[in-house]
Amino acid sequence: MRLRDPAALPRAGLTLLFLLLLVPAFNLTEFNPALLFEQRSRETMGKFIASFFPPALSPEFLALVMRSTLETLAIATAGMAIALVIACPLCLIVARNLSISRIGPGPGYLAGRIIRLPARFLLVFFRSIPEIVWALLFVRAVGLGPAAGVLAIGVAYSGMLGKVYSEILESNDPRPAAALFETGGGRIQAFFYGTWPVALPELVSYSVYRWECAVRASVIMGFVGAGGLGQQMELSMRMLNGGEVSTILIVFLLLVMLADGVSAVLRRVTA
Amino acid sequence: MRGAHWCVVGVLLGATWASFAYLALDLSQLASAAALRQMGLYVVSFFPPDLSREFVARIGVSTLETLAISATSTALAAVLGLLLALPAAGRFGPLARTAARLLLNFLRSIPELVWAALMVIAAGLGPFAGTLALTWHTAGVIGRLFAETLENAPAEPARALQLTGSGPSPAFLYGTMPNVVPQLVAYSLYRWEINIRMAAILGVVGAGGLGQMLYVSLSLFQQPQALTIIIAMLLLVVLVDGASAWLRRRLAG
Repeated sequence: MRLRDPAALPRAGLTLLFLLLLVPAFNLTEFNPALLFEQRSRETMGKFIASFFPPALSPEFLALVMRSTLETLAIATAGMAIALVIACPLCLIVARNLSISRIGPGPGYLAGRIIRLPARFLLVFFRSIPEIVWALLFVRAVGLGPAAGVLAIGVAYSGMLGKVYSEILESNDPRPAAALFETGGGRIQAFFYGTWPVALPELVSYSVYRWECAVRASVIMGFVGAGGLGQQMELSMRMLNGGEVSTILIVFLLLVMLADGVSAVLRRVTA
Repeated sequence: MRGAHWCVVGVLLGATWASFAYLALDLSQLASAAALRQMGLYVVSFFPPDLSREFVARIGVSTLETLAISATSTALAAVLGLLLALPAAGRFGPLARTAARLLLNFLRSIPELVWAALMVIAAGLGPFAGTLALTWHTAGVIGRLFAETLENAPAEPARALQLTGSGPSPAFLYGTMPNVVPQLVAYSLYRWEINIRMAAILGVVGAGGLGQMLYVSLSLFQQPQALTIIIAMLLLVVLVDGASAWLRRRLAG
């Protein structure tokens, strides 16, 4: 048969090459779908999935889930508060348009350059370790429970907030701040009268978005023992109690939707 | 600052205070001299990182495993996503469209780590569970992106083929696909990049790769080895970031 599509052969060759490259990957991941259909795992999983319906709705369990949900929200909020406390000074130090020494060589020129380097390094260090790894570390350091989650969010998010805040400050019109510096103003004045008024809406909307992420992250971090809804879900999964797991999953989805709504309202009010 | 602003600030401060109170978090206790000294000792116990040859070799294997998990799951998710994207783009009627979108939303809204915990129950500890978990979540994300791409693809080439007498399948394959394939490949590569990062940490719930190694070594109080693994994770992310930036520049320019 004559090929009617001249591009068919190269395309088939490329697909084959791609598949060949994937073969070692499949081996390394111990890819074996038959495992899922083995007698034993089929029985466990079948029972587990069957127990998802109906969701557990006993009053005691709902009260427990309610408490965990509040804990998750509290972890996210408290973590964000700590992150803000760490990020704000760092972003002021790092932001280039708030640097007096950038106008020209002066008394603080060298000190400014020297102090900016560790601040920048700290921000990179905080944000490049994933939040769940921070959570693992803090669970070992301060014990199981919400304190580890709060600290993990505080540290991981301060790195992201500090970086993005300084970028927002730098991306706005630098002239008001520069004018204040040139007429003898200090850093604080330049910030509050030169950059803050312009950058505020963007700063707020990014912070609110990050809070939303923190809610999701605090659920996830519960899986390594950092409190909240995730820890509850991990417990229920370990006991193979599908009804409880499905209740918690539903609550989790509702919580994410709620955080989404709250963040939309907050952004509208402050914009 | 207007009245509404002060109102918001007040509410936020109140919420923060309430959070700390609800968690019964005592910051002064967390920052007390004894607690800080203990924290300091813990930090010091991580140094120096374990750089012995056999351990680094084991990390190398785990890194390969992490890469394999991300590659396999992204490839499977791309196939699954495309299969779901066709009905989700409304090619098989409104009913199939709603059903496919519902399924995609479901797959996507459960986070990777929750999927991983579930898959560890289904498939046992190890990289296979991680692969499945990433596949489900990524299929949800990719399927939605693919569906939007298909919906936004120009309809004229396929219609022209159909008007000249070709069937619906060849019209799709030769009229629509060539227009969307670059976009689909771009989305898949982008998700692969994210999945590498995710595969590195998924292991903390037992789903293989570097994360599982980290979890095990932290549980056994082998801090120097844990530090080496964290360094390996950071290196992996930096390399992936660099490679993707380089590739993007090359492809764009």
